[in-house]
Amino acid sequence: MSTELTTRQKVEAGLARRRRKEFTFRLVGMFATAVGILFLVIFFATLLGKGSSAFSQTFLQLNVEFNEDVLAPNGELDLIYADFDGLIRTALLNELPDVSGRGERRELYRLVSIGAGYQIQEMIAQNSELMGTTQSIWVPVSANVDMLMKGNIDASLDESLRPLSDWQIGWINKLDQAGRLDKKFNTALFTNGDSREPELAGIKGATMGSFFMLVVTIALSFPIGVAAAIYLEEFAPKNRWSDLIEVNINNLAAVPSIVFGLLGLAVFINWMALPRSAPLVGGLVLTLLTLPVIIIASRAAIKAVPPSIREAALGLGASQMQVVFHHVLPLAMPGMLTGAIIGMSRALGESAPLLMIGMIAFVVDVPGSFTDPSTALPVQIYLWADSPERAFAERTSAAIIVLLGFLLLMNLTAVIIRKRMERKW
Amino acid sequence: MSTKRKVFAGISTTVVSLALSATAFAQSGRDYVYVVGSSTVYPFATVVAERFGRGSEFKTPKIESTGSGGGLKLFCDGVGVDHPDVANSSRAIKQSEFDTCAKNGVTAIVEVKIGYDGIVIANALESISMALSRRDIFMALAKEVPGDSEGELIANPYETWADVNSALPAVKIEVLGPPPTSGTRDAFVELAMEGGCKTVPWIKVLKSSDKNQYKAICHTIREDGAFVEAGENDNLIVQKLQANPNAFGIFGFSFLDQNKEKVKGATVDGIAPTFDAIADGDYPVSRPLYFYVKKAHVDVIPGLRGYLREFTSERAWGEEGYLSDRGLIPMPDEERSAVATNVRELTPLSLGNQ
Repeated sequence: MSTELTTRQKVEAGLARRRRKEFTFRLVGMFATAVGILFLVIFFATLLGKGSSAFSQTFLQLNVEFNEDVLAPNGELDLIYADFDGLIRTALLNELPDVSGRGERRELYRLVSIGAGYQIQEMIAQNSELMGTTQSIWVPVSANVDMLMKGNIDASLDESLRPLSDWQIGWINKLDQAGRLDKKFNTALFTNGDSREPELAGIKGATMGSFFMLVVTIALSFPIGVAAAIYLEEFAPKNRWSDLIEVNINNLAAVPSIVFGLLGLAVFINWMALPRSAPLVGGLVLTLLTLPVIIIASRAAIKAVPPSIREAALGLGASQMQVVFHHVLPLAMPGMLTGAIIGMSRALGESAPLLMIGMIAFVVDVPGSFTDPSTALPVQIYLWADSPERAFAERTSAAIIVLLGFLLLMNLTAVIIRKRMERKW
Repeated sequence: MSTKRKVFAGISTTVVSLALSATAFAQSGRDYVYVVGSSTVYPFATVVAERFGRGSEFKTPKIESTGSGGGLKLFCDGVGVDHPDVANSSRAIKQSEFDTCAKNGVTAIVEVKIGYDGIVIANALESISMALSRRDIFMALAKEVPGDSEGELIANPYETWADVNSALPAVKIEVLGPPPTSGTRDAFVELAMEGGCKTVPWIKVLKSSDKNQYKAICHTIREDGAFVEAGENDNLIVQKLQANPNAFGIFGFSFLDQNKEKVKGATVDGIAPTFDAIADGDYPVSRPLYFYVKKAHVDVIPGLRGYLREFTSERAWGEEGYLSDRGLIPMPDEERSAVATNVRELTPLSLGNQ
């Protein structure tokens, strides 16, 4: 009965099943990719949806009279204690003359950010000739007014359910109709340090903190990492010890980052008595964190240099060190740089170890050196996310967008370096 | 070759200058006030610090959010520029901490009470309004509750609020609250849970006879899923309450104040958590907030005296001060002026007398 099947027949019989299997597998793969992309889209959409409004801020135009009697009652201007807020109050009352009564006036004053007084202070500090003149200036409004203008506060709710009173909303509408309110680009977000007033809060302090940390990290981890990689690849004898070191380095790359924070706290702060919350210490901790990454990437780059190049150089009489520094290192450099940049971008996004060394702090002044107290971008995001004021929600998202922008830029640089300088053998 | 030399020279100069700047710091001291401590006091202390920094010739104080216990530990480590000047705390300093301080040479500490904070039990605005008693809270959230006979403890069997008290709705008990490391949790357990726990007569007797068991009964929160530790992020709790109409959240009054169109607070023992009720001391779940200052640092650290003056000024902590806008409940007038006098004269705290 049984007829011998030829190989061809066997293949044809199984063909449908194989095609079906391949089709299912492709479908599963496509589905997995689609899910990944979907999450990414949701993530970016919510982030941009929430955060993009933080890049603008509502300003109020006021005609401020730089009244000498108010600023310098004794004939002498005290740049620190003069009543700058008083000028803003008078200007507001001039704008809305029918506001009367202490309670009503207090509510009116709250429409404008406390930053308005500091703005006047700065203007006078820069140009004392303004005294006695009247200037039309744009001052930031308080965060609640800004939230209302951006539609984040529902004015139709009952008065007890919203942070602005009926009076305040009435005044805001009046000012808006008179064209006195306008949304402008929120420069404060990029030029100010942290603040508890959302309309004055900025990421410059945190960005500078992150910058100083990365300078320390790259200055230490790149030379040390490359030197270690060169030694291990080119000079170290291959024995049980070098195996042990290799295993340890690979494991170190997988150690949770908070452990490095604890190490930093014990060694750099408690033992070496370096200051808390300083970018110097942050940079040292991040160096520990990025070293294994850089060593592994650098070793891979050195391994990729063909042995024929080494042999040729040795054959022409070069010493081992000349081989490494004249030939291997230049050829491996693109790979090493890529590894360093990937390591740096990991360091930039790291927050857990920084919490341990006191970088989770309220720092208003923008740090100017390696030992000034400062925070870092991821920590600033954490701090803002935890603030009760509503307006910090959109600023949190904005800070995340900026951080992602920096990370994207760094990774892009790594890709470009790899593409441009990579050599195929 | 020369470029490589330059690179190496550059690197070594950077390393050397880093090391130098670190030593320079150790020698020069500190020209800003350094504050550590409670994350509950953090939102208030930072506002004061910022106003002080902007309105004076001094630098803005640096405020680290470490939690009350962690802050007092750093604070008590010693006297000198490396150690913090001020520790914020959402509870009074403990005798053990005071002793550690004394052992490390921190002998003169000035205690500054700054006001009150209410802890609220809130749910979504659209959900039913709850009227809880402290006893209900204890019965709903304790790990073990008293059984039928006296002295008997059973694992908490209650699944819905109606099981706890028939006057409450038959809604599943689901409460999001802070983790044990938080000062808010300590205060909630002490004020709400213990307050309800004490209403059981035989447990109340334990307080004087077996303090440890009394604490174990009153302070242990159930771990079977009815109480969810939601982390320290109170904004997240507010969002979760909006998504889940049956859930309740435990957080500080300032978050209720900022989100009053999203969530509402349950009444406790018939009192709603309002600004006035907490200020008058009627709302039972409220606690005082403090900070502690090293007397030895005043007039040594630039700006410390000014920071203290700003914090205890009427425009900051007064009835209508800017801290009350942030949800800090001011103390009564006499108490404020008493504390302010204490601060001006830097009267050190003595725990031995108590």
